[in-house]
Amino acid sequence: MKSRTAAGAMPERGESTLYELSAAGRGGSGLPAPDVPEAELPAELLRDEIGLPELSELDVVRHFVRLSQRNFGVDTGFYPLGSCTMKYNPRINEVCARLEGFAQAHPLQPQETVQGNLELVFNLQEWLKEIGGFTDVSLQPTAGAQGELTALLMMRAYFRDRGETGRNQVLIPDSAHGTNPASTTMAGFEVLEIPSDKNGDLDPGALAAACDDSVAGLMLTNPNTLGLFERDIDEVVRLVHGCGGLVYGDGANMNALAGVARPGDLGIDIMHFNLHKTFATPHGGGGPGSGPLGSNAKLADYLPGPSVRKEGVVDDSGIRFTLFTPQKSIGRMSSNFGSFGVFVRAYAYILQHGAEGLRANSQHAVLNANYLRVRLRDIYPLPYERSCMHEFVLEGKIEGSDVRAMDISKRLLDFGFHPPISYFPLIVPEALLIEPTETESKQTLDAFVEAMITIAKEAVDTPEQLHTAPHAMPVGRLDEVRAARKLKLRENSQPSKGEP
Amino acid sequence: MLDTLKLDRMEELFTDVPERVRFPDLQLPAPLAEMDLAVHMRQLADRNVNAASHECFLGAGAYHHYIPATVDYVIGRGEFFTSYTPYQAEASQGMLQAMFEYQSMICQLTGMDVTNASHYDGATSLAEAVRVALNLASNKRQKVILSPAINPRYRDTVRTYLQGTESSLIGESASVRDMTSLLALLDDEVAALVIQNPNFFGQFENVAGLADAVHEAGALLIVVADPIALGRFQSPGDYGADVVVADGQALGIPLTFGGPYLGIFATRKKYVHHMPGRLVGETEDSSGRRGYVLTLAAREQHIRRARATSNICTNAGLMALAAATYLATLGETGLRQVAELCYHKSHYAADRIAKIAGLEVNPQAPNQPFFKEFSVLLPGPVEEVNRILLEEYGIIGGFDLGPDYPGLERHMLIAVTEMKTRAAIDLLVDALARATQ
Repeated sequence: MKSRTAAGAMPERGESTLYELSAAGRGGSGLPAPDVPEAELPAELLRDEIGLPELSELDVVRHFVRLSQRNFGVDTGFYPLGSCTMKYNPRINEVCARLEGFAQAHPLQPQETVQGNLELVFNLQEWLKEIGGFTDVSLQPTAGAQGELTALLMMRAYFRDRGETGRNQVLIPDSAHGTNPASTTMAGFEVLEIPSDKNGDLDPGALAAACDDSVAGLMLTNPNTLGLFERDIDEVVRLVHGCGGLVYGDGANMNALAGVARPGDLGIDIMHFNLHKTFATPHGGGGPGSGPLGSNAKLADYLPGPSVRKEGVVDDSGIRFTLFTPQKSIGRMSSNFGSFGVFVRAYAYILQHGAEGLRANSQHAVLNANYLRVRLRDIYPLPYERSCMHEFVLEGKIEGSDVRAMDISKRLLDFGFHPPISYFPLIVPEALLIEPTETESKQTLDAFVEAMITIAKEAVDTPEQLHTAPHAMPVGRLDEVRAARKLKLRENSQPSKGEP
Repeated sequence: MLDTLKLDRMEELFTDVPERVRFPDLQLPAPLAEMDLAVHMRQLADRNVNAASHECFLGAGAYHHYIPATVDYVIGRGEFFTSYTPYQAEASQGMLQAMFEYQSMICQLTGMDVTNASHYDGATSLAEAVRVALNLASNKRQKVILSPAINPRYRDTVRTYLQGTESSLIGESASVRDMTSLLALLDDEVAALVIQNPNFFGQFENVAGLADAVHEAGALLIVVADPIALGRFQSPGDYGADVVVADGQALGIPLTFGGPYLGIFATRKKYVHHMPGRLVGETEDSSGRRGYVLTLAAREQHIRRARATSNICTNAGLMALAAATYLATLGETGLRQVAELCYHKSHYAADRIAKIAGLEVNPQAPNQPFFKEFSVLLPGPVEEVNRILLEEYGIIGGFDLGPDYPGLERHMLIAVTEMKTRAAIDLLVDALARATQ
């Protein structure tokens, strides 16, 4: 029996893998014997033994519970991960999403049997239109990046219909999320990077120089990834529209704007929302997400389908909400309607907060970020000395010390805090992108500040303490180079058939 | 806090926002307290027929399978579902190890060497697989053969994804049941041939010699698989596939009106650097302890940006955790049992339905073996029969193949999983007999 530490029962030598815990014949499936005559299995199509692990149910539960104890979530501690909006995920939304009418409905059922679900989709579309200032919304994209790709394909179709096939460039600020250029390439466009100016705004001069009839559009995150509101937004939109281009909004930072400003009112033609950021649906350790698209009238006909509309009259079979696909739709982006289970949570969130609540959330998110910014700016270099929105960037550097952003991040883990996003945005050296969200208390923020102050002292007094951090986690700093060189991506590695 | 900021009002934080758009008056419903919200949500949910309230024989890509109680317990742990993508490895060992185990088990199921940490669903996995094939051919091969017996919604998704490329999709109009006519389309412009096995109609394709023919033509073989079938039947790796994709919904994920589901993506080791998506690898910490990290990130958008293998960022991590828990709970024995129960029960249903006067089972290919779905030719429109099944028998009937497949009007695709008792199947048989008289 391995010795375990008492607190959290964190195994010192790590948690065994399912394979190490397995013994043949131990599987606990709980399935019934067939209650129908057994049919003859086609012998030539059967496979050999697979080698899947076999564990008792207790061992399965214990294994995954132990793994959970080796994982940091919003539920376990402060998670100021910039650009990700790690706010509290209300438990009521989890309860709602598990209601049988939602969780057990098949996506291909006749429309008259799923009127409740279609109404939910319809209302969420309507509410996002209102929050974003758009004429139409499609919930289909299953993540923010897929929303980007969808919008770029729509822009492509739009210009093709207008005979403007020479528009093959998409302008992207140098501070943008990596998904922006990656989506652009996937959609068959070329990326032209636009620099930011010394104040962190997109440089209107550089933008003006790039705007011509080869431009399909601009991808703009506002507030941008530095957490700063683009002060030249009106000029930026005017320049892009002036050369015939479209303005795409990356809605990753909508948690600063919900109820504060509608991107559609700012002239954004199309934008994705991240329901898993702004609308408090859980990130799930890397998904599922949901990236609904809001668009104005220019692009609405190209949105993916199906979406839901409300009919004026209820027909004989009781149908009020029906599926439809816009006339010039680019088509579907996934098998069904998108991440419906995520919609349920976002719907419940909006309904619980209402217009005033959403605005208050944004205001408090911005207040919390500015509070941290002001309290930390004398300790860590603050590259942009101006009021921020829901997040801000510090430089992970301390005068008189060689510690880096990475060291500070890893050391924060020892204090029970998840690190900020590190080394992004790329335009700030040693960037630490901090987003506290509105759901954190002043006590939590103050404790974080204290930790950051302590770390800054350690950086000078005991830098080694930081270079070798973390010290209080189940593992120490992991060797990423080794992982890539001695590639081991599965247990029981055996060459597959046909592989030399 | 405002004092610290030397502000009087929070509104002062928003002066960068143009005044003409600042603080709009949003028209949204009045907020509900939690207990009122709970009532409202239940009322909305109750307005949906579902697989728990009715007997569901609808499949066509989404299936009502049993979900062991362990699955929701594990994915309901806040440490997992409120975590972000595990970039900070030391704080994410739980999710990383679970993903590593997921990758391991999916490799075994599919017969592949490497599996990524997920895509959004089966359709988007397929779209990404097709992109990999086109990229590997570095634009020298621009055609992709899609079998018409692939889920039509998957084919639609691939078509959308490729709109920004010069490539073309061929083969979809080929005779639905004829592998020979698909192979005849192979030439030196083809980057990949894609089949679904068991196909959209539930039947096993004849894969003898398939991979050799595809590889001889210099193309990749991409297979859309059913993860439950892989518990008992040949893996695509066994017959030479290069990329295997699937929807993992059947592995412990509820129907949820179509999502979130789980996109499975697995391939051969030699293609690992061309793979989209996250990969978890094993490594060591500074004291030699085993640990896990995201690896080969140089393929990904946050490092490679415009030259990444894909734009994918958020994927379906929690759904992959559900699948890992499902597979761990059932084990090899349990998964095989599920597969066999599906096989036996669907065959029992098909045998009984075949005896109903005027109905024909799998009329297009009566001798081709099937797994858990089969098609039935009805004397009248599927929609009408389904209405009677629903209203008079409480049954969610099968999928109407007509709208997607001209020529297959009056064909209903029926799915029978382990969830259907003999009594439920007998009810379906009686209902079909009466509804078609």
